[in-house]
Amino acid sequence: MSRLFTKDTQAIFWNNNRSAIQRMLDYDYTIERKLPSIAAIVAPTSTAKFDKFFFGNAEIMIPLYRSTAEAAEAFPGADVLLNFGSFRTAYDVVMEAIELDGQFKTIMVTAEGIPERRARTMNQAARDKGVTVIGPATVGAIAPGAFKIANIGGTMENIINSKLNRCGSCGLVTRSGGLFNEMSNIISLNADGIAEGVAIGGDRFVGSVFIDNLLRMESNPDVKYMILLGEVGGTEEYKVIEAVKSGKIKKPIIAWCIGTIAKHFESGVQFGHAGASANADRETAEAKNIAMSEAGFFVPDSFNDIPATIHKVYEDLLAKGVIKEIKEPNVREISNTRKARNFICTISDDRGEEATYCGIPISKVATPDTGYTLGDVMSILWFKKRYPRWAVDFIETVLKTVADHGPAVSGAHNAKVTARAGKDVVSSLIAGLLTIGPRFGGAIDNAAKYFKYGFDNNLSPKEFLKYMKKQGIPIPGIGHRIKSVRNPDLRISSLKKFVSENFPSSPILQYALEVEKETTSKKDNLILNVDGTIGVLMVDMWRELGYSDVEIDTFIEAGALNAFFILGRCIGFIGHILDEKRLNMPMYRHPWDDILYDVEQLEY
Amino acid sequence: MAQRAIREYDGKALFSKHWEKYFSGFQYGFKSVLVSSGDELRKKANEHGFEWLKQETLVAKPDMLFGKRGKNGLVLFKDKKPGDVSLEVAASWIDEQISHPTTLLSGQHGTLTHFIIEPFTPHSEEQEYYISATTVGEDDVLYMSTEGGMEVEDGWEEKVTEVVIPINMQDANIDHLVRANAPVDLPADKKEAFISFAIDFFRFYRDLNFAYLEINPLVMLEQNEMAILDLVARLDDTAGYLMLEDWGKIEYPTAFGMEDQSTEEKAISDADAKSGASLKLTILNPMGRIWTMVAGGGASVVYADTIADLSGNVSELANYGEYSGGPTTDETKFYADTIFDLMTRFKDPKGRDKILIIGGAIANFTDVAKTFTGIIQSLEEYAQKFKKIGVKIYVRRGGPNYKKGLKDIKEAADRLGLYMEVYGPQTHVTDIVRMSLAKEEK
Repeated sequence: MSRLFTKDTQAIFWNNNRSAIQRMLDYDYTIERKLPSIAAIVAPTSTAKFDKFFFGNAEIMIPLYRSTAEAAEAFPGADVLLNFGSFRTAYDVVMEAIELDGQFKTIMVTAEGIPERRARTMNQAARDKGVTVIGPATVGAIAPGAFKIANIGGTMENIINSKLNRCGSCGLVTRSGGLFNEMSNIISLNADGIAEGVAIGGDRFVGSVFIDNLLRMESNPDVKYMILLGEVGGTEEYKVIEAVKSGKIKKPIIAWCIGTIAKHFESGVQFGHAGASANADRETAEAKNIAMSEAGFFVPDSFNDIPATIHKVYEDLLAKGVIKEIKEPNVREISNTRKARNFICTISDDRGEEATYCGIPISKVATPDTGYTLGDVMSILWFKKRYPRWAVDFIETVLKTVADHGPAVSGAHNAKVTARAGKDVVSSLIAGLLTIGPRFGGAIDNAAKYFKYGFDNNLSPKEFLKYMKKQGIPIPGIGHRIKSVRNPDLRISSLKKFVSENFPSSPILQYALEVEKETTSKKDNLILNVDGTIGVLMVDMWRELGYSDVEIDTFIEAGALNAFFILGRCIGFIGHILDEKRLNMPMYRHPWDDILYDVEQLEY
Repeated sequence: MAQRAIREYDGKALFSKHWEKYFSGFQYGFKSVLVSSGDELRKKANEHGFEWLKQETLVAKPDMLFGKRGKNGLVLFKDKKPGDVSLEVAASWIDEQISHPTTLLSGQHGTLTHFIIEPFTPHSEEQEYYISATTVGEDDVLYMSTEGGMEVEDGWEEKVTEVVIPINMQDANIDHLVRANAPVDLPADKKEAFISFAIDFFRFYRDLNFAYLEINPLVMLEQNEMAILDLVARLDDTAGYLMLEDWGKIEYPTAFGMEDQSTEEKAISDADAKSGASLKLTILNPMGRIWTMVAGGGASVVYADTIADLSGNVSELANYGEYSGGPTTDETKFYADTIFDLMTRFKDPKGRDKILIIGGAIANFTDVAKTFTGIIQSLEEYAQKFKKIGVKIYVRRGGPNYKKGLKDIKEAADRLGLYMEVYGPQTHVTDIVRMSLAKEEK
């Protein structure tokens, strides 16, 4: 890995830190990245599925997940984890992320004050797996023109001023995040900006140290020279000296260790970071500056002379032709009047010449010659895909199958009573629809949910019955008032026939039928009923269409299965309502003799 | 902070609290008390469980983080002959010690306030051992020696065995490693016990999040009884939230001889503790001429460096400190008030103007104009005093909203009649130090 990040790098952001994420997206837009640099956000306590952010002046949705593992599964290409967990959680987040083998190449940890033993454990675990840890206690890193972590670089104005919007020729490594910005600014004023920059973090134990980053920069062809801003305390700078002496690093290095002041004070005054206190003479800033100077680094006389040193090294490399002049790229501007939208629509659009369903004009789906049927339109508007013929046929079969079940069922009855009270179609329809729920029509959802669970967990039919008994509810989708093995429900028979002829496969239906064998051996009418059949077939259909389990569960949770019943049964309800209107029957009053009166007699 | 020293007494108390869990094969009496005066010791001796203070002869020494107490003549173990110190002798010795200031061989100077008192443990030199553990680089290192006592530092290389233990090493491998690398000169009858104690010791050090732990000497008595004669311990205080139960309430004393914080420093550190932002102040020389009010940890260091380098005289630097992490306007004003108050107390003895550096790097997300509002409010209050004492102000800052911040502060200075030069990110961060000193030379 010669470059830390490229223009295609995508990250998973742990913790929904909205302002930091927005700054990354603003950067992305400014440098004309095609993909946002954040693929997904891990928000463990959020119930939302996504959050909205600006990408330029438009808004985009970034998906939220409850765990790193889920986000990683959804975005296998996102190889950077930006861990914004607190000092209490950051360690667990890193350890979990490292275990997701091969997912993350780089993990950045922002928390300050992680217990040292934990920091060492996670740093070592990362090294063992070849994962680069940036931090803890850092603002991050940047590959100008490609990818920027969170708040590094500060405001967009500063980023442009410091030429952090495009690749320069300096590789910059600092401990401090505050001085990182300052150094970027100095480098832009005195040279041509940076190619890659990392603030390694201020804690005593950080993951990647100076040498790790400088060795990578040595192999990065964009980097022509390097700047190391070290600090009093620790011996990491000596590893860099060794690498220069042994020839592993050949590019020029400008170096300075801050904290030379500490030599004037015996003890007690803590200058700067937790990592910044010298335990031995060779850890003082002065000793390190001398050692680096002796090893041939460009070391200024004081921090105040750094700009002049940078300018000299840069001019020299420019004169030698190592560095070429850079043509400043276009900077895309972001309007400062952009406004967040309150509503989101992802299925249809009425703004153009003609309203569209997922981009298809209505006229292209409406008439028979278009080849689109009602099921096609449903699949587009409900699931944002045009389903293959067999699935569309199935949807339509379901609608036709559930369209009506006579006047006596509670919904139809309610609709009829309401119509007879003189109410209009919509009121009567709603009265009927309001009965649809757990006892009427609602079995489809739960049948799908439980049979899917049994099948996916390899429960034998007997085990499944035991499991359902433990849940304390009758098995949804099993049982019929009248129909039985000997008196089969012909609707189901024809559904099964259709499936066997058209579905590529139907494993959950087959599983449910195995369960049915078990239940009907106990009682003849405990058959897989029409609700159960539709429920399991829907799952079979979605699996066949390539949806992930997470997506299918989302459909079920959202009530999409029940929606087929609702839509289908509307046809029947409206039929009953129109029937009542035609018959013009009087207002219905239930007969007294059909009610058992057993009224409490209170004193008054 | 990260690694913080604790008292010998507290370190031993931790051993005692966890002894059964880590050192079940050994005995430890934990006969120690910590007192601040002779009377406190006398009172302690009447408490249940501390009868030994009257029954046994004692050793008394200060427990204030510094070492080499023997060489400093601060270990009381004999009245007329070694091992004859009674309760009363110890109590009066303590009273004598606290009655006057003490200067150590290291030059540290202060008044003794805390003493640890323990029974005198008769033993031979052969029973003394050395053991310690700390972190070196990325690894833990266990140090062992068959030679205990204060002489161990002479000839460290020959006498001490080091075992480097990587952070991710499993317990079984640690046992094996320590066993294989134990000092070769362990006497046969103590060998097994010492190795087993060393392994326990390392686990205790590791699990309890010590950053440094040393027993010198460790005395191995009969029947596996251990005497911890001297102990030095530092904890990794960032692990405090994990160790609430295991550490209990623990005190981190300031080093002996460190001047106690001034009222102003204390006020800032209290404000720091209450705030989500960071406010730090150390007064280096109250008579100093150059005062700094710098935003950001890294920037505060480079300003201090540059002032020391360019002024050629570090005593010119009056204070060190920083404010960062987005302090509120009120917090910034309070911080500025404190510095401006200190700065205007004394005139420069040579009659020169004082230099006030309001500096900072380019902020990542702190709103510069907002923090400057607090500084401006403070300048308004202190303008008269500034003029009386003579102050030249140099400002340099960048970051969100910096243009407005710089404009506002310059307007305020002009309005108040204060000398001020103002610079933004185009000027090198510490160059105002050079400018302020160059001005002086002319």
